[in-house]
Amino acid sequence: MVSLTASVTGKRQTQRPAGRTIGRPGLAWALPATIFFALFAVVPLVLVAVLSFTTWSGLGSPEYAGFDTWVRVFQDPVMIKSLWLSVLLTVLGVVVQTPLSILLGVWAAGPQRNRAVLSAVFFVPLLLSATAVSVLWRALLDPNFGVPSQARWLFGDGNLFGTQTAAIGVLVFVSTWQFTPFHALIYQGATRAIPQVLYQAAQIDGAGTVRQFFHITLPQLRNSIITSMILMIVGGLTTFDTVLILTQGGPGTDTTISAYYMYDKAFKGFDFGAGAAVALMLVVVATVISLIVVRVSGYDKMAGTKEGL
Amino acid sequence: MRRRPNYLAGLGALLWLALVGLPLYVMLGATVQTRAEYSANGPLAFPRSFTLDNYVQDFSNGFGQYFLNTVVVTVSVVAIVLLLVPPLAFTIVRNRGRGTSGVFRLFLLGLAIPAQAVIVPMFYVISKAGLYDNLIGIILPTAAFCLPVCTLILTGTMRDITSDLFEAMAMDGASVRRTFFQLVLPLSGSGLSTIVVFSALQAWNGFLFPLVLTQSEETKVITLGLYNFRTQYGINIPGLLAAVVLSTIPVLLVYLFARRALVQGLMGVGGK
Repeated sequence: MVSLTASVTGKRQTQRPAGRTIGRPGLAWALPATIFFALFAVVPLVLVAVLSFTTWSGLGSPEYAGFDTWVRVFQDPVMIKSLWLSVLLTVLGVVVQTPLSILLGVWAAGPQRNRAVLSAVFFVPLLLSATAVSVLWRALLDPNFGVPSQARWLFGDGNLFGTQTAAIGVLVFVSTWQFTPFHALIYQGATRAIPQVLYQAAQIDGAGTVRQFFHITLPQLRNSIITSMILMIVGGLTTFDTVLILTQGGPGTDTTISAYYMYDKAFKGFDFGAGAAVALMLVVVATVISLIVVRVSGYDKMAGTKEGL
Repeated sequence: MRRRPNYLAGLGALLWLALVGLPLYVMLGATVQTRAEYSANGPLAFPRSFTLDNYVQDFSNGFGQYFLNTVVVTVSVVAIVLLLVPPLAFTIVRNRGRGTSGVFRLFLLGLAIPAQAVIVPMFYVISKAGLYDNLIGIILPTAAFCLPVCTLILTGTMRDITSDLFEAMAMDGASVRRTFFQLVLPLSGSGLSTIVVFSALQAWNGFLFPLVLTQSEETKVITLGLYNFRTQYGINIPGLLAAVVLSTIPVLLVYLFARRALVQGLMGVGGK
C-alpha cells in the first residue's frame, strides 16, 4: 500500500512540474481578509442603497418608504445646489492643481541637489491631516486675529468666510496647499521614468527647454495626468473635513457641498434615509466621471507612452 | 548634456517654498507666544517671548487622553492590516484560480469606495453591533478601508519574487506555510514597511469614522480633539495651533526615520 501511494504521487509529480502545484496557497488563505473587507466595506455599500428607500431617525429600526425619500431629497433646492457646488469645487481644484503639480513635479525630478532638499519641505503639508490643515488655515485666516486683519489693503474687510466667492476661494486654496505636493510626487516619479534618449535627440535637433517640455515631457506624462486627475476628481467630490472645519457649509448654504449636505442631513438632521440617498448619488457620480475620463483618454487600453522608441 | 539654469522655474519653486514654509513658520511662532502677545502683535510678527504654556495647557485639556486613544487605534489598525494583507497578497500572486481573480477584482473595486459613501450604513451596523462610542468601532472600519491600497502595494512587491525561488522551495518539499514564512515574508520587507506606514498614517489622521462613530470624551481621538478645540478655544489661537503641532509630531518622526517607506506609502494614498 505504502509503495503504491508513493508511486502514484511520484507519477503525479512528473506529470505536473513540482513548482506549479506545491507551495501554492489555497483560496482559504485569502478568506479572512475578504470576509473582513466584505463585512465592513461591501455590505455597507449594499446597505446604503437599501437605506435610501427608508426613513430612519437613527433610533429604532428603518422603515420602508419606497421612492418617497428620493422624491423628498430631490425637492430640496439645497440638494441640487450642493451637487453643483461639489462639481464646481472639483473642477476648480483640477484646473488649479494640475498645472501647478506638473510644474513642481517636473522641476523636482531634476538632478540638482538643492531640489532634493526643497522637495523635502514640499512634503510637509502631506503629513498633516486634513483636520490639522483646516484648523491651521482657519486660524491663520481668522477675520479678527489672522493675516487678513493685518493686510486689509489686500483682503478688504478681512472676513474671508463672509461671501460665497471668498469662501470658495479659501476652500480651493487650502486644498491646493494640501494636495499639490502629493500630485507633484506622482509627476516627479513619472518624469524620472522618461527615457533620456528622447531629450538627447531633441537637443541634437536644436529644441529648447520649453519645446522639450511641451513635445516630450507632457506627452510622456499622459498616463500620470489621467491617474492624478481621477484622484483629484474622486477626492474633490468627497471633500468633507475641510468644509466642516473651515466654513460649516456657509455662509448660509453657499459652500454646502454634497458630502457635507449628506452629513448635515443624516447626523445633524437625523434623516438617515436622505443621507443614504445623497451618499449613493455621490458614489455613482464619482464612478461615472472616473469611467468617462478613463474611456475618453484611452487609459483603459493602457496605451503605452513608449511608442516610436 | 549641458543645460542653462532655468531661473524662472527656480523662482517658481522658491515661491511655492514660501507658500508652504510661511504658514508653518507662523504656526510654530504662534505656539511659543502668550495669547495676549499673539493678539497684540498679529500672526506675522516675530515672537519676542518663548513659552511652552500653550502645549502644557493642551495636555490639561485632555490632549493626553486623545493621544493615547489615537495610539491604540493606530497600533490596532496596523496589526489587523499586517495580519490580513500578507496572506491575501500571497494568494493573489501565487494562486491562479478563478476564485482568486474574483477576490482581487473585489479589492480593486474597493479602491473606488469613498468612506462617505458608507458612513450612514456603517453607523447603522456599528450601532446594532453595540460598538458605538467604542474604539473598536473605529478600528474595524478604518482597517477595512486600508485593505485595498495595502493589498495593491503588497501584491506589487510579491510579484517581484522570481518563480525560480518558489520552485526551489517546492523541490525541497516545503509546505505552503513554510514558503510563506521563510520565503515570501522575508523578501517582502519593503512592501510590508510601506503598508505599515500607510495604514498608520490613515489611522492617525482619520476623521470621519471617529466623528460619526464616537461621542464621549473617553473615546476621542486627536483629530476630533482638534475639531473640538477649534470650537472650544475660539480665539485662543496659540493654544489651538499648539495642538495642531502636537498632533503632527509623531508623523514627522516617522518621516525622519522612514522617509522612503512614507513616500511610497503616500504615492498609494490616492488624494484622500
